[in-house]
Amino acid sequence: MIVELGHFALILAFAVAIVQTVIPLVGAQKGWDGWMAVAEPAATAQFLLVASSFGALTYAFVTSDFSLQLVVQNSHTLKPMLYKVSGVWGNHEGSMLLWVLILTLFGGMAAWFGGNLPPRLRARVLAVQASIGVAFYAFVLFTSNPFTRLATPPFNGQDLNPLLQDPGLAFHPPFLYLGYVGLSICFSFAVAALIEGRVDAAWARWVRPWTLLSWLFLTIGIALGSWWAYYELGWGGFWFWDPVENASFMPWLIGAALLHSAIVVEKREALKAWTILLAIMAFGFSLIGTFIVRSGVITSVHAFANDPERGVFILLILAIFMGGALTLFAARAGAMQAKGVFGVVSRETALVTNNILLAVSALVVFTGTIWPLVAEMAFDRKLSVGAPFFNMAFTPFMIVLALILPVGAMLPWKRARLGRVMKQLRPALGLAVALGALVWAMNTGRSALGPIGVALGVWLIAGTATDLVGRAGRGDLAQRLRRIVRLPRADWGKSVAHAGLGITFIGIAGMLAWNVEDIRVAQVGEQFEVAEFGIRLDKVEQVQGPNYSSTMGWVSVWKGERKLYTLHPEKRVYPVAAMPTTEAGIHSGFLRDIYVVIGDRQDGGGWAVRSYVKPLANWIWAGAIIMALGGLLSLSDRRYRVAAGAGKARGSSAGAVPAE
Amino acid sequence: MKHLVLALGLLLALPAFAVQPDEILDDPALEARARDISQGLRCLVCRNENIDDSNADLARDLRLLVRERLVAGDSNEEVVDYIVDRYGEYVLLKPTLRGANLILWIAGPAMLLLALGIGGVYIRSRRRSTEPAASPLSASERARLKQITGE
Repeated sequence: MIVELGHFALILAFAVAIVQTVIPLVGAQKGWDGWMAVAEPAATAQFLLVASSFGALTYAFVTSDFSLQLVVQNSHTLKPMLYKVSGVWGNHEGSMLLWVLILTLFGGMAAWFGGNLPPRLRARVLAVQASIGVAFYAFVLFTSNPFTRLATPPFNGQDLNPLLQDPGLAFHPPFLYLGYVGLSICFSFAVAALIEGRVDAAWARWVRPWTLLSWLFLTIGIALGSWWAYYELGWGGFWFWDPVENASFMPWLIGAALLHSAIVVEKREALKAWTILLAIMAFGFSLIGTFIVRSGVITSVHAFANDPERGVFILLILAIFMGGALTLFAARAGAMQAKGVFGVVSRETALVTNNILLAVSALVVFTGTIWPLVAEMAFDRKLSVGAPFFNMAFTPFMIVLALILPVGAMLPWKRARLGRVMKQLRPALGLAVALGALVWAMNTGRSALGPIGVALGVWLIAGTATDLVGRAGRGDLAQRLRRIVRLPRADWGKSVAHAGLGITFIGIAGMLAWNVEDIRVAQVGEQFEVAEFGIRLDKVEQVQGPNYSSTMGWVSVWKGERKLYTLHPEKRVYPVAAMPTTEAGIHSGFLRDIYVVIGDRQDGGGWAVRSYVKPLANWIWAGAIIMALGGLLSLSDRRYRVAAGAGKARGSSAGAVPAE
Repeated sequence: MKHLVLALGLLLALPAFAVQPDEILDDPALEARARDISQGLRCLVCRNENIDDSNADLARDLRLLVRERLVAGDSNEEVVDYIVDRYGEYVLLKPTLRGANLILWIAGPAMLLLALGIGGVYIRSRRRSTEPAASPLSASERARLKQITGE
């Protein structure tokens, strides 16, 4: 019964979305207030309906309702509760329901917090947002219905893919989708602005918080996925340039570009057309990502050809929304005259360069991701594009980006003198080069990536610090400190996020350059050396988990005569899904992780054991989290809150000159 | 329980670990070359995994083959060519530069140059004031202005 109610709620939401697409759009065109006002309650209604639909599906999973096909395929009574819940989105149909849930959540938020928007713009934004909803409700209801019942329910389910039964991956999709789908609001704002034919500083100020919000969720989502791959897949890699990873990375890059270009629109009223284009492209890449992940086209063209229904549907959505938005863009872009004038050396130029690097690097990732598809269809060549290509083609962009970032971040707006900024940055540059050289000297014969990455990371962090110190101005220490503390949150956000990028750089460099690996047959009780540590396999036992059985090793890590830690690497077998997983035993430290994986029992006695010392591993994800924190700080900046509050106050004094 | 798990393990024919201890060559230099080559070869039955990381049986066979060729005295290129001859260019994670693949390799630098060109033109245009030359007043605005100034 509850499941049917959920199904019905989803159909009802579909109907509400159609109304919300048509009525406010007509109202905004004709200037009818009543019609425009439909948008807000409709957005709220959509969210409530989809939320109850999602709740109904969750209920079916939690109570193990095996009359539902989806629950049978992805759940089991023995599965721990956390994974019963995360199983809701651990499959195609459920994850698409999560997709629309988040779409309506953002639509709802735009309605709830959009009080300061001009009514016409708000009506159009919500209408465009609802039109995306219409497309995806149709997709879910007609091709991927999660509420399909079975005529003869089985006694138990087939269990969730064991790889997904992990806390990291339980929360990875919601965060990723919050980012992916959040970009839809930026798209709606861009299309609404194109319909209005007006883009100004106020528009940029409204769009920026939404971009920040989705970008920071996307950052967390990607970091969670990468961290999961690190500890779950058993050899401690953190990024594989898998098409599915690229699908989330492209919107992240474009989103980062959009964040920066929107600043130029907000502060200088330049780059308007470009910013609109980026907002369209950012969501376009989200849709492409959804297509890549959901259609199976990249895994195998033939799998796609055999069951093309879903893929073609998403492709159609992509074509309609991108085609429509870009046509509108072509028609209206000319109307967006830039106002700001700036010199060749200026913050504006630096941000244009940032945008070029981020956008082109996203296109490089895109080209590499779809190339196997193009080659097979156009040239009849079956080939692969993997990590070696991406490392070569993508890394240079990031190196150049890191080189210019600290300089660009300090250049003044309009007209700047490079010499002056470089003079301030000289200590930072010196520190970076010195540390890089030191690492180089200690690094004899190893990959050059280590010293370069460390130097770039130090350059980013020290450059950020220089910027903050420079902002403190002159005077005694107390005065300076007071000034630094009182800097706008947006400035803090910028500094924190840039420093986070530096930390990630150092982490990646450390992982790539100084990873120590040891593969051997270890006898129980025998000690062996890996880097400066002694490692000993003390015992191996069979352990029973709730829905798996595990071969667990007790591995002690020694330094000289001192026992440091005991790690528990596991090899699990999930009998229902008939799949094994490896759970690495990891000790995470500030400067290095010790990572041990246990393999098979060997014929001659002993166990296959792989041990690694992974320097600076945690820095990669710590840097990502710090970047997201920077986004959060920037989001909490006073001017967004003032802008949000001003809407209520402005009602009485319409037409008043803005305070700034 | 132990027996049950063991039985299950046999039943499922558990894919082994990626690089196994018994595969490793005695000569560390040769082994390093083998690892290097393996990281550029795709495991054909996996999704976007190289044979060095893969647990699949086929990947193990390929790893052993790579080592066999190395021990027989092949150079790195000869080993890769040997594998490509048998499995096609699909095994290469880094696509060749032959034929249409040139588009793939050139796309990045070409797009960068194009973007830098467009960006450069835009920045130069912004240097000169393109402030819309004070758009002339419309007829109604002119009338309103007259009214205000009391003419």
